[in-house]
Amino acid sequence: MPTTMIAGRPIDVNSEGFLTSYDQWDEALGATLAGLIGIEMTQAHWAPIRFLRADYPARGETATLRRVSQVGGFAIKDLFALFPGKPAKKMSYIAGLPKPKGCV
Amino acid sequence: MQRLVILGGGTAGTVVANKLRAVLGRHELHITVVDRDDAHHYQPGYLFMPFGIYNTSDIVRSRHKFITDGVDLVLTEIDRVDPTYKTVHLADGRTLSYDVLVVATGVAPRPDATPGMQGSEWGNSIHEFYSLDGAQKLTEAMRRFRGGRLVVHITEMPIKCPVAPMEFTFLADDWLRKHRIRDRTDLTYVTPLDGAFTKPVASRELATALTDRQVGLETDFAVESIDNDAKELVGFDGRRIGFDLLVTVPLNMGPDYIARSGMGDELNLVPCDQHTMASLAHPDVFVLGDGGTLQTSKAGSVAHFSAEVFVANFLATFRGQPATHGFDGHANCFIESGNGKGMLLDFNYATEPFTGEFPLPVVGPFKLLKETRLNHLGKLAFRWVYWNLLLPGRPIPLPGAMSLAGKRVEDDVSAAATGMPTAVAPASPTPTRPAPVTKPARPRLETKPLVTTSAKPAAGAPARKAGAPVPAYESRTAVNSTADPAVILPDPIIPKF
Repeated sequence: MPTTMIAGRPIDVNSEGFLTSYDQWDEALGATLAGLIGIEMTQAHWAPIRFLRADYPARGETATLRRVSQVGGFAIKDLFALFPGKPAKKMSYIAGLPKPKGCV
Repeated sequence: MQRLVILGGGTAGTVVANKLRAVLGRHELHITVVDRDDAHHYQPGYLFMPFGIYNTSDIVRSRHKFITDGVDLVLTEIDRVDPTYKTVHLADGRTLSYDVLVVATGVAPRPDATPGMQGSEWGNSIHEFYSLDGAQKLTEAMRRFRGGRLVVHITEMPIKCPVAPMEFTFLADDWLRKHRIRDRTDLTYVTPLDGAFTKPVASRELATALTDRQVGLETDFAVESIDNDAKELVGFDGRRIGFDLLVTVPLNMGPDYIARSGMGDELNLVPCDQHTMASLAHPDVFVLGDGGTLQTSKAGSVAHFSAEVFVANFLATFRGQPATHGFDGHANCFIESGNGKGMLLDFNYATEPFTGEFPLPVVGPFKLLKETRLNHLGKLAFRWVYWNLLLPGRPIPLPGAMSLAGKRVEDDVSAAATGMPTAVAPASPTPTRPAPVTKPARPRLETKPLVTTSAKPAAGAPARKAGAPVPAYESRTAVNSTADPAVILPDPIIPKF
């Protein structure tokens, strides 16, 4: 597992670049991660990211788009507009969480 | 006398009832199985129906015949479970009290969950094969098919038998060739995943198998709706995929009584421990088969292996001994690849499917992730094994725990390489519900929870609500990696999206 410098801090990531430690993330890092994939964070972006962060610890897995939509109350269409193409993966990357699984 | 109530008389429910009845007498344990009807379906058989290989009589039997004497079989719908009072309310007004409850009602396809799926083309050019009725209708549609755009589609994960759509694609390719219309057919596989399958090595091998058959692969497709007039799948990202025949796997969900009971997540799946299958909210409720949240395939092999673990733990606890058995996530799946051949997948929580060999005395070894005649024969033979050995609870020569013997292990593709630990404990324990999610699971059973009236649940406690509420977000101070500075890479790794 590599460790890389991100936003001036040493951060543990997996081979794809996703964070592997929940506790190494803060919002400044999230904004930097977003920038790396061409997304500028706005309040609209932060809302689902904060939902993902709050939802993760008790469940131990990243919320799927369905959960973000049904439990978090975000419209999937909006998430596609905010995080174009692959919102589930982009959101989990920015939130410092693993890609959602639900898919074994 | 203890009372065990089993909701669902499918694979897991039947195995548990038969195995426990064989060991414990009627005066020691009262066993009740509840199901809505008396038809036990061999669900792996649905796949073969559209190609005329199996018909209904091959895959439907009476549940009654496969549940041993001395077990009450109650045929009615379930209204709801009241886990606080350990009671099941049936639709006909009866109630059943339990000391231990097994939820084994699985998941079912829900075409109504996708706008347009059940529109004017439903049953005409839009089909599914995850139900007997759907497989029968698709059989007719295949017979009428004369070429064009055949699209195989997965709505959303997780689904039961996640390799079945891939198998359908392989069998369709073979069937179209035999009917001499393959050259007039565009075959496309559409998945919400980022590859042909969920695990890297299997995904690579299966993607190759698709390419070899000139099957198009559309990945990361999140379906928003189906346009019946244009006959197109419409994605949230704006992609549109046209079809003349769509074979879709609708959203899979647990039954609605789970939601009415406040026990499920957004898909009516009951959150459960990865090793004991105990409900995280109610330690006297166990979830076997497809209806829980085990991070492994929803497959008959998982239902079977996890049921054996549950039975061993139940018996130990019943006798006042520690329950020491833990399920490892073992799944073992034959994959039909067409032309009389098949592949084999064998994996668990920690080990993804690899290539290599699967040793089995006398008939094996089977080749893993390679197309062979023997794997195909293994798949066909399994129907006999299912009815004659597995359901009655007789020993079958398949180890419950996965073994690495024969596997060609590849580096850095383990679960650990794909991210944080997800199977057991959250990376950052911020418990939000009374259930000890982050404690080792097994000790919970080492006492005698089966007979104690469970530690009085606070009425209306948060955990009663479906999936427990999401705690409020808090901004936190981050820590840095403790890695040796000498190995730290100067530049971030940016994922490819």
